[in-house]
Amino acid sequence: MKPGPVVFTRVGALRGARLAVGLLPAMVPFALVVGVVADSKGLSFLETVLMSALVFAGTSQIVALELWREPAPVLGATLAALVINLRLAPMGAALSPWLDRLRGVRLWGTLATLVDNTFAVCIADQRQGGRDAALLLGMGLTMWAGWTTMTGVGHAAAGLIRLPPGHPVFFAGIATILALMVPIWRGRGDAVPWLVAGIAAALAHFAGLGPPWPVLAGALCGAAAGAWRDGRR
Amino acid sequence: MSLRPDVLLAILGMAIATYVLRAGGYALLRAFRPGPFVQAMLHHMPGCIFVAFVAPPLLQGGVPHLLAGAVTVGAMLALRSYLLAIAAGVGALWALALAA
Repeated sequence: MKPGPVVFTRVGALRGARLAVGLLPAMVPFALVVGVVADSKGLSFLETVLMSALVFAGTSQIVALELWREPAPVLGATLAALVINLRLAPMGAALSPWLDRLRGVRLWGTLATLVDNTFAVCIADQRQGGRDAALLLGMGLTMWAGWTTMTGVGHAAAGLIRLPPGHPVFFAGIATILALMVPIWRGRGDAVPWLVAGIAAALAHFAGLGPPWPVLAGALCGAAAGAWRDGRR
Repeated sequence: MSLRPDVLLAILGMAIATYVLRAGGYALLRAFRPGPFVQAMLHHMPGCIFVAFVAPPLLQGGVPHLLAGAVTVGAMLALRSYLLAIAAGVGALWALALAA
C-alpha cells in the first residue's frame, strides 16, 4: 500500500456513481419485494419510500416488515434494525484509513450512506492504493437513489408482481456479494481467516441461530484467527 | 398518501438505530485507538464479514447454490464485470432449477 494524501473529489464521487450503476440491476428484485411486502402490511406509498430513504438497509427493513402490525411496532422495528445492522459497525471502523482524513459533514454524512456493496468496493479500491474517499459517497448516494426508487416501484406495482420466495432471481443478492469478494481476496494469507469465518458462520446458522449471529460469529472468529496468525509471524 | 404518527415513529427508530451503527463503529475507533490485535482484526474483517454472510445460505441451498456460487466467482475472475458475474450466477441457478 503506497502512502499518499486522502482526498475527497467530485471525480471520485462520479466514479463511485458509475460503479454503483453497474450494481443496481442486481438490487432490483430485492427492492421490489420490500415494496410489495410493505404494501401487504398496509404501509402507504409515502411511508414505504420514507422508510427506504431513511433506513436504507434492506434486510432489516424486510425483517421489521415481517413483524409489522397495527399500531406500528416502534420498539420491535427499532430492535430489528439494531440487531440486523450490527454488521455495519465494523465496516465503518475498517474504512478508517480514509475516514480519518475527513471531518464534519463529509465524514458523518458519508457514513450515513454506508452499505455492504459500497463498503466492499471501497475496501478493494483502498487496498489497491485508492485515495479518494468521495468514492464511498458517490456510490452510496447512487445506491440510495436506486433503492428508494425501486422499493417505491415495488409498492406501486404490488398487484402485478408475483415472485415466489426461493425464485432464482433472489440469488442476485448472494451473487453480488460473491462477485464483490473477488477483488477483496489478497492471496493465500486470506485462506485461514476466510475458512474460519465460513465454518463459524455455518456452525452458528446450523445451530439454529438467526441473523445477525452467524455473520457476527463468522466475522469475529475469522478476523481473530487472522490477527492471531499475523501475531505469530 | 398517508403518513401515520406511529409508522413515522417506527421508521425514525429504525433510521436512528441504523445510523448509530453506521457511524458508531468508526466513532468508537476514533475515540479509543485500539491495540495491535484489534487493528489486525479490522484488517481481516472485510473479507470475513462477506464470507460469513454467504456461507450459510450457500450451504443451506445445497449443490445448486454451491455450483451457481462457483459460476459467479469464475465469471468474475474471467470477465471482471459485476453485472456479468451476477447474471451468470443467477442464470446458472435458474438453469439448474429448470433442469431439476
